Amino acid sequence: MNITATLALPLGDDALILSHRLGEWAGHAPVLEEEVALANIALDLLGQARILLSLVGDEDELAYLREERQFRNLQLVEQPNGDFAHTIARQLYFSTYQELLFDHLASTESELAPLAGKAVKEVAYHRDHAHQWTLRLGDGTDESRTRMQRAVDALWRFTGELFEPVEGLETVPWPTLHDSWTARITSTLEQATLTVPEGPRHGAWTAGAGRQGLHTEPFGRMLAEMQHLHRSHPGATW
Amino acid sequence: MTTIAPEETAREAVFDATVAADERIEPRDWMPDAYRSTLVRQIAQHAHSEIIGMQPEANWITRAPSLRRKAILMAKVQDEAGHGLYLYSAAETLGTSRDELLDKLHSGRQKYSSIFNYPTLTWADVGAIGWLVDGAAITNQVPLCRCSYGPYARAMVRVCKEESFHQRQGYELLLTLSRGTDAQHAMAQDAVNRWWWPSLMMFGPPDDESSHSAQSMAWKIKRHSNDELRQRFVDICVPQAEALGLTLPDPDLTWNDERGHWEFGPIDWAEFREVLKGNGPCNEQRISRRRQAHEDGAWVREAAAAHAAKHGKASR
Repeated sequence: MNITATLALPLGDDALILSHRLGEWAGHAPVLEEEVALANIALDLLGQARILLSLVGDEDELAYLREERQFRNLQLVEQPNGDFAHTIARQLYFSTYQELLFDHLASTESELAPLAGKAVKEVAYHRDHAHQWTLRLGDGTDESRTRMQRAVDALWRFTGELFEPVEGLETVPWPTLHDSWTARITSTLEQATLTVPEGPRHGAWTAGAGRQGLHTEPFGRMLAEMQHLHRSHPGATW
Repeated sequence: MTTIAPEETAREAVFDATVAADERIEPRDWMPDAYRSTLVRQIAQHAHSEIIGMQPEANWITRAPSLRRKAILMAKVQDEAGHGLYLYSAAETLGTSRDELLDKLHSGRQKYSSIFNYPTLTWADVGAIGWLVDGAAITNQVPLCRCSYGPYARAMVRVCKEESFHQRQGYELLLTLSRGTDAQHAMAQDAVNRWWWPSLMMFGPPDDESSHSAQSMAWKIKRHSNDELRQRFVDICVPQAEALGLTLPDPDLTWNDERGHWEFGPIDWAEFREVLKGNGPCNEQRISRRRQAHEDGAWVREAAAAHAAKHGKASR
């Protein structure tokens, strides 16, 4: 694999898998506006995934014919949707990361710069959507605050992985990105009257594990559903 | 006997003249109560159909067999949510609210299109829905772009544009399957066999049994009878099926040269009535799912309202 393909794979997998999770919301969202918004974000991510995976090989072969151990996405994005607060917390953590990363990539000489430059506009919208909902839920009712706090706490352990070095992305200043991410997340959570989680983020099975193809249990089941039709008709075109 | 005030008669004359001149009735215009309630019922049912109609298709989002098809399907389901939003807004111009209408949907006091009570059992159903169900919807809705009520007519213009796009995509999906492997071709044929008759039922009961038709046509809410539109749809579909390389499951389908139309076999109206009564294959599942989404989302809507109240911003 050339350099571009090496780094496009993990980023493409992140977008592919999170898009799939958001697609599971269709028909289940709390208000119609969120049916539109979540599908819109899912579509943006799927568009990014298709471009990134195409830099690596055939997008459908990569999406449908790899097994769990071959996927390079972060464990964060494969986490089940949970309630709306969990989905928003996952979005907040990931979109803030993605915006910082793409913003950096857009300013480099990398072949991904044009793609990152375009995607960062979409991602800024995703981050704003997650930020606004974190405020509404955190600073809404007692119940919504409890749920939002529970969600940010539960997903915290998967955030250490965001700043582990990625093969092909050696030039990314991870510690700087980490500091900016922490500052932004802290600011949003405080504005939402929530407490910044303090639990561990660097366990052996989380930090960097997804990037090495070590995933959490729900991921295999997700892939089984995603891939079953494609795999049932080898060689067919759709 | 009630006496009608002279101003009432004058307003009614203005209304009648506006409709007769093929001009639009707008939200602030006077309109007969029955016209208003007929429109609320029809637009609400239309909006509900968009929302419930997301379910049979969303059923395949997570299993779509290629990333291109997955993107198309997600965009389509998103469009349907958008159509629901336009239509609830159009209904709100008549003095009702989305919450009130959703409440009526959830409690079974308002209906949605009977077609969405059928299950999507294979991937090809996504194509059959696009081609036949969206095709039938467009046949019904294009004349509504000239409906006498302005907000509804304008919503239909936007909806029809997007629906035509979905219909072509559904047709193209079926064409790909039909020309694919034997298993894919069989899948496409099976889907068309299952969706054909329910699609013909989308035009509603035969003209001699359609209770609202005459009044709706007089008010120019409706422009053509159920049977007329159904015939138009069959005439369009027969050559399309042939081009797809698929058959329609009707042994009585024959060209009538004298009439210049395709003759088709009898529709199973007993099945139609059962589905309308709530006894279709998925009635229970569809409405429970919708209620569940609404109930599960209650705390989110309450949070948004509480946040808006604290911070002086509009909710939703």
